[in-house]
Amino acid sequence: MWSFIHKHASPKHFYLLAERLIPWLGWSTLILLVVGLYQGLIVAPTDYQQGESYRIIYVHVPAAWMSMFIYMVMATSGAIGLVWKIKMADAVASSSAPIGAAFTLLALVTGSLWGKPMWGTWWVWDARLTSELILLFLYLGFIALESAIEDRRTAANACAVLALVGVVNIPIIHYSVEWWNTLHQGATVTRFDKPAMATSMLIPLLIMALGFKLYYLYAMLLRVRVKILESEKDTTWMKELITGAKK
Amino acid sequence: MPLLPKNPKRRKRLALIGLLIIGVGSAVALATVALKENINLFFSPSQIAAGEAPLNRTFRIGGMVADGSVKRSSESLEVYFEVTDTAKNIPVTYNKILPDLFREGQGIVAMGKLGEDGIFVASEVLAKHDENYMPPEAAQAVMDAQKLQSTLKGN
Repeated sequence: MWSFIHKHASPKHFYLLAERLIPWLGWSTLILLVVGLYQGLIVAPTDYQQGESYRIIYVHVPAAWMSMFIYMVMATSGAIGLVWKIKMADAVASSSAPIGAAFTLLALVTGSLWGKPMWGTWWVWDARLTSELILLFLYLGFIALESAIEDRRTAANACAVLALVGVVNIPIIHYSVEWWNTLHQGATVTRFDKPAMATSMLIPLLIMALGFKLYYLYAMLLRVRVKILESEKDTTWMKELITGAKK
Repeated sequence: MPLLPKNPKRRKRLALIGLLIIGVGSAVALATVALKENINLFFSPSQIAAGEAPLNRTFRIGGMVADGSVKRSSESLEVYFEVTDTAKNIPVTYNKILPDLFREGQGIVAMGKLGEDGIFVASEVLAKHDENYMPPEAAQAVMDAQKLQSTLKGN
């Protein structure tokens, strides 16, 4: 099992694997997002209370899910990088950070745009909103720390530790609406009993969530490939690959 | 455990990571338990009735707008309503524009001060949305079903 992992975790195999996966991921993302947006914005029925405004859920909720999911990927691959010194794990962690930060910002901005007409305020310091803002700062801290340390391996180790410390924020974000009195409503979909949402509204949401997830993989692999090109530019296999492609 | 690394150095690093997460996790857990009251965005009507809320200082109250309690003034924006958590009711007055979702039975969070007379004077009223999403027809069907059930119970 270990030899299998080590083989695929080598930069060369990862580079070639990513090359094959990227077009598939890109096209499936595009199709899912087009279908999901059409279903969500046009086909899905209006809400009994919020009218049309609830449709921001089709961007806001998948973005918020992704902000937490990407953080977990980042922290896990950071831990793998720390323990097993696998270069590709560090590359995945550092490539994920800006994408995760973007999703977090998107969740905060769309939530704010929805909050003004529905709640009556752009922002309120409740536990859910504040912990999501802390998540954005964790991402930004990760990015800043990485660019502040010159040596690549030291930077990767320091960032992995930062990411692991921040993991504690993820359950806080998820359970904030249960543990404390918040203005933000409780979970609609990610709870033990059945989702508190009509199926006709839920399906476009799940399509969008899958689309966002594939987009993340697509964007992350693109970034990892660039990192491999940069770090492996002096290796024989890379030289052969590049000159071979030119012939 | 085949997944655990055999190399003692790696084992040590893995253990350190485990300790780090447990350590930070328990530190944060202790801190949030200690701060529990401060993290709550609002007080419930029962808490206020029990005297837990500060007098003459700004705080937030959260609950449902009690059915049949909303009284609007005919000359100004002044509105009177009661906030309930089904156990206790707290009277609230407000004289600015209410959010779209404000209605009887709706969850709200109001910021303001509790006067000596026990009336909460709000300076801001926010609507708290619930986690249920459904088309209007479905909501109508649910309401009809509830009505039917209550009439059946009544008989």
